[in-house]
Amino acid sequence: MKIVKIKEDNCVYCHLCEVACIVEHSQSKDIIKAFKREEKPIARCTAEFNYPVSYSIMCRHCDEAACMEACQTGAMHRDERGYVIVNPEKCVGCWMCIMACPYGVIKRDNRREVWGLSVKCDMCPERSLPACVEACPNDALTFEEL
Amino acid sequence: MKWMKNLKTYTPPTFTVVRDDYRCIRCKACVEQCSFDATFYDEDEDKVWNWDANCVGCERCAAICPTEAITIKKRDYPYRPNYSWEGHVDGLKKRAIFGGTPIVSMGNDRPYKIYWDHMLLNASQVTNPSIDPLREPMELKTFLGRKPHFLSFNEDGSLKTQIAPQLELNVPIMFSAMSYGALSYNVVEALGRAATEMGTYYNSGEGGLNKDHYKFKGHIIVQVASGRFGVHKPYLDVGSAIEIKIGQGAKPGIGGHLPGEKVSQTISETRMMPEGSDAISPAPHHDIYSIEDLRQLIFALKEATEYTKPIMVKIAAVHNVAAIASGVVRAGADILVLDGFKGGTGASPQVVRDNIGLPIELALAVVDQRLRDEGIRQDVSIVAGGGIRNSMDVVKAIALGADAVYIGTAALVAIGCTMCQQCHTGRCAWGISTQDPHLSKRVNPDIASQRLINLLKVWALEIKETMGAMGINSIESLRGNRLHLRGIDLTDREMEILGILPAGE
Repeated sequence: MKIVKIKEDNCVYCHLCEVACIVEHSQSKDIIKAFKREEKPIARCTAEFNYPVSYSIMCRHCDEAACMEACQTGAMHRDERGYVIVNPEKCVGCWMCIMACPYGVIKRDNRREVWGLSVKCDMCPERSLPACVEACPNDALTFEEL
Repeated sequence: MKWMKNLKTYTPPTFTVVRDDYRCIRCKACVEQCSFDATFYDEDEDKVWNWDANCVGCERCAAICPTEAITIKKRDYPYRPNYSWEGHVDGLKKRAIFGGTPIVSMGNDRPYKIYWDHMLLNASQVTNPSIDPLREPMELKTFLGRKPHFLSFNEDGSLKTQIAPQLELNVPIMFSAMSYGALSYNVVEALGRAATEMGTYYNSGEGGLNKDHYKFKGHIIVQVASGRFGVHKPYLDVGSAIEIKIGQGAKPGIGGHLPGEKVSQTISETRMMPEGSDAISPAPHHDIYSIEDLRQLIFALKEATEYTKPIMVKIAAVHNVAAIASGVVRAGADILVLDGFKGGTGASPQVVRDNIGLPIELALAVVDQRLRDEGIRQDVSIVAGGGIRNSMDVVKAIALGADAVYIGTAALVAIGCTMCQQCHTGRCAWGISTQDPHLSKRVNPDIASQRLINLLKVWALEIKETMGAMGINSIESLRGNRLHLRGIDLTDREMEILGILPAGE
């Protein structure tokens, strides 16, 4: 299984991973429309900064995923590719996954009217190379075999 | 953070940052990337705006912007047009305001004549065949060092003459002296890896060698300059050659400058000097006041390394460079490095950078001719540096008499430098000439070394192609072969100095 490797030595804290993630998960997949016309999705990765350290972090797709253990509805599940994915149909917005995640990479999307929805890296199912990896200008994110 | 401009220290901005508000998505990538405090995000207004006076035109924001919303434009000369004063008003004001001489970096940027662009190369037609480097062997390998005047053999045919130590170069291009201190750790790492991969050398510069970089042994030239920073026995031993730096093309007559802003913890350890203090090397070597003194240092270094390494002497191209070069060779230098006035620097007073020195083309031609006339050309290899911008400059330099060339600025441009001339500030937005641990991450040594390798490979191919066109299959046959050069738009006197014929003759 391939995962996104984080190389903090190369991260320049440019946020382009976040930008790419937002565009990829938008309706139009157009950068201007995603940011300025549509309701902007939440970036699944986060660039963290504490001088001089910086890196982008997103779901590690753990073998023993604490979020899956914590999920009461089975919305957090492992898909056929082996990645940990949220099923929005089943998510009730109890946020237990967020409490359980040791990396803090699951985010709340409050814009779902009733239930709320956990948002996390889905490893770009429609792409061969995740959007954040493609956007990274300094190879601080690479898509490699585990 | 916003602040008002301070009129007491104000000079008009050189650049203006034009932002297309339709394209700007407020991602703030540019805000994070600007290391010169020229870009800000205002949360209340939800606007990214610029403090133009701080913009140095490094293009980092424009390059990183995912929507190409940013254009950096050069502002017009802000004052009333005045032919004789244009370009001097702000310099004068800065001196008056700050009470110091402006320090600048990179090479001389004044519009002096570039002789490379006035020389044309030859090609074979009909009477002699041109060579196709993709199908026929072509030799770029060259050796630097003292060559014997003649060879003698034992009776069994084995070589009797002892050959002096040589540097073996797979391509006639080396990375010039850029110190760890001027450059970030990652850039030195990239230069070292590229030199190792391509079978050539990089020069440590005068700032000593970080202990991590001793792994590049076999591909390092170590420099001994007037400041003697970081010079000790292991340092001399790790070098394949030792370079004595007498002068540098960008600042002939003065020593190296490393502003205290760039003397970080690791730099201070490597240079063996206090953290945060300016590293201003003395203008002369205080033990060299004559050719005889230079000879003493050359032989002291040879003695220290048991005569196993060639000793290089680097001099800046100055007015009587031919006579100086002759003296240097007679002092015992195995390799002579000539640095032209277009050569770069990490920091130099502007007056020195812009007004002192000679074009490398002229210096190279006169030195090669002088050494030939005196019958000592084989005692030394000549390395030319300072203003080599492309592979054809390399070919022309070799045809003018160089054995190999040094590239510095070209190598930095290959890994991202945009020549914004801010090396001395230590705030390089491309992570090249900085010691800031966050900024220096902007150079990824994996990417940078691959780019350098690509550059050298492409240049090597281009050199082979043009040599093939000239009907030459070895770089050794091109050296000093000035019949393959013709001058265009040059005066008779200039061509006489260059030792070339005019185009058409």
